[in-house]
Amino acid sequence: MSRRASGSFTRTFLGPGAAAAVGAILIWLLFAGAAGSAFRSMAGTASYLNAAAPLGILAVGVALLMIGGEFDLSVGSIVGVSGMSVMLLTTELGWSVWPAIAGTVVLCLLIGFLNGLTVVRTQLPSFIVTLATLFILRGLTIAAARGFTSRTQLGGLDDISGYEIARAVLGSAPVGGLRISIVWWLGCAALATWVLLRTPWGNWIFAAGGQPEAARNVGVRIGRVKIGLFMTNALCACLVGIIQAVRFSGADALRGQLQEFYAIIAVVIGGTLLTGGYGTIVGAVIGALIFGMVRQGIVMSGIDADWFQVFLGGMLLLAVFVNRTVLVRAQRAS
Amino acid sequence: MDDATLPVEAGAAQPRLEAQDKPHHEDRDVPRLEARDISMRFGKVVALENAHMAAHAGEVTCLLGDNGAGKSTLIKVLAGVHPPTEGACLLDGEAVHFLSPREALNRGIATVYQDLAMVPLMSVWRNFFLGSEPTTGRGPFRRIDVGRCREETHTQLTAMGIELRDPDQPVGSLSGGERQAVAIARALHFGARVLILDEPTAALGLRQSERVLEHVRHAADRGVAVVFVTHTPHHAHPVGDRFVVLRRGRVVANEPREALPVEKLAALMSGE
Repeated sequence: MSRRASGSFTRTFLGPGAAAAVGAILIWLLFAGAAGSAFRSMAGTASYLNAAAPLGILAVGVALLMIGGEFDLSVGSIVGVSGMSVMLLTTELGWSVWPAIAGTVVLCLLIGFLNGLTVVRTQLPSFIVTLATLFILRGLTIAAARGFTSRTQLGGLDDISGYEIARAVLGSAPVGGLRISIVWWLGCAALATWVLLRTPWGNWIFAAGGQPEAARNVGVRIGRVKIGLFMTNALCACLVGIIQAVRFSGADALRGQLQEFYAIIAVVIGGTLLTGGYGTIVGAVIGALIFGMVRQGIVMSGIDADWFQVFLGGMLLLAVFVNRTVLVRAQRAS
Repeated sequence: MDDATLPVEAGAAQPRLEAQDKPHHEDRDVPRLEARDISMRFGKVVALENAHMAAHAGEVTCLLGDNGAGKSTLIKVLAGVHPPTEGACLLDGEAVHFLSPREALNRGIATVYQDLAMVPLMSVWRNFFLGSEPTTGRGPFRRIDVGRCREETHTQLTAMGIELRDPDQPVGSLSGGERQAVAIARALHFGARVLILDEPTAALGLRQSERVLEHVRHAADRGVAVVFVTHTPHHAHPVGDRFVVLRRGRVVANEPREALPVEKLAALMSGE
């Protein structure tokens, strides 16, 4: 096979997301067989889509960031911050729902900005910086909840003015058990895909992860791109926190724990390279879908739910292996 | 045209050329880009000592030297990466003080680095327009004019004799010589007046090197002032109009092609 042919082969058949799409079909077939009609029914479909949606929203932000060459381990903690912020602003400070949501969005954007600024200014690996913010934010969330209310689980959002509309927009399940969060998930994914593939920012994101020095040499402001990515990522986590606070009409200071890892797994399963510069949002969407199908499918098949984590870890290893093959092929061509 | 550039003797301190300090754009003898008495020290390490060179429009000025001779430092000064410890850069006879590569680029000084010119996993057209993407639409709907990018990339590369099967193929799938050609085509397309090429033929085979040298000559023929950095006299000699040889941070020769046969060039580099 010539060099050119192997290049187009790589792009056509092993391109980011393609392997994951094949994987998603196989997993659907697996559980359609093992769990039977419970999995194939409308209710079954709704259950795995609903499970995939919040993770899918996180995965969109994480995918953009990973393509840009960075990690954010603090997304799960930002989910916790976001939900708790909505609850404290409403129940403790007396704001109504929509101003509380606006304030929470500003707070989360600020957190993302600080994450990005720290990474860009100190040149430290984002893995370490955001590992630190993971603990700082989680600790602050618990401390703030206890400080204000002496509890870490708050409820009663449904008594606050503005809740009905917020519930309809963010927390309802309008059709056949399908939650509106699925619309937010696919909306975020479509918007991110457009930005990535059709705007100059998208070009700069690929370059920031692929070869930042080359991008700097042609005048791309890599620092700005990365800070923007951390803020986008925090915004996605913020949205998930708000959706869950509205849906459960309350918040738990521990909400979102481990979600940062699940999101990274979904993104990597979707074919995005851990080292950056290569990947798609569609892949991340499929990765989240696989996550949802496995999580619900295992329960519906009557398998002990403990096996979920084993399955997840196994799929991650497999996905990384496939990704590396793609990278080796792309580099061998050079 | 070469008369404005005085040959510099090894280690000789250059007298300041006060008469040239005022700008004269219309004068054909004014070099397009000139490095005057550049010294560069990193702590106690002296990377450059009173280095002087000039690049004229329509000419290929070769910058030669062994590893560690100071070639990279000198082009980084010219490209705006490092401000020099002493001395000044002159663009069209006017002193310029660049604080970043972007500023130099905005004034028409484009630099193509050997390994850092392209993003291998990105497509050819995305690389070609990186940092200067043409857009269409307004406000939040402003987007890259992808059709124009693909078409323009194809046209520009065809003009350089590169048959691109698909502008969407990743740069990583191009050969080293083709990548240099894409980088040169990009610089010319965006109106480079000075083109600095950092070792464009290093790590290339004979045939690919020849192709790249053709592109170097072609750029100069279009009126660009080309600075061609290399450590291979046999690559420099066929395309160069003038040769500047660096050894341990000093300019040991600055001669037109006629004065330097290729054997002498090699000898100067090694200091024999």
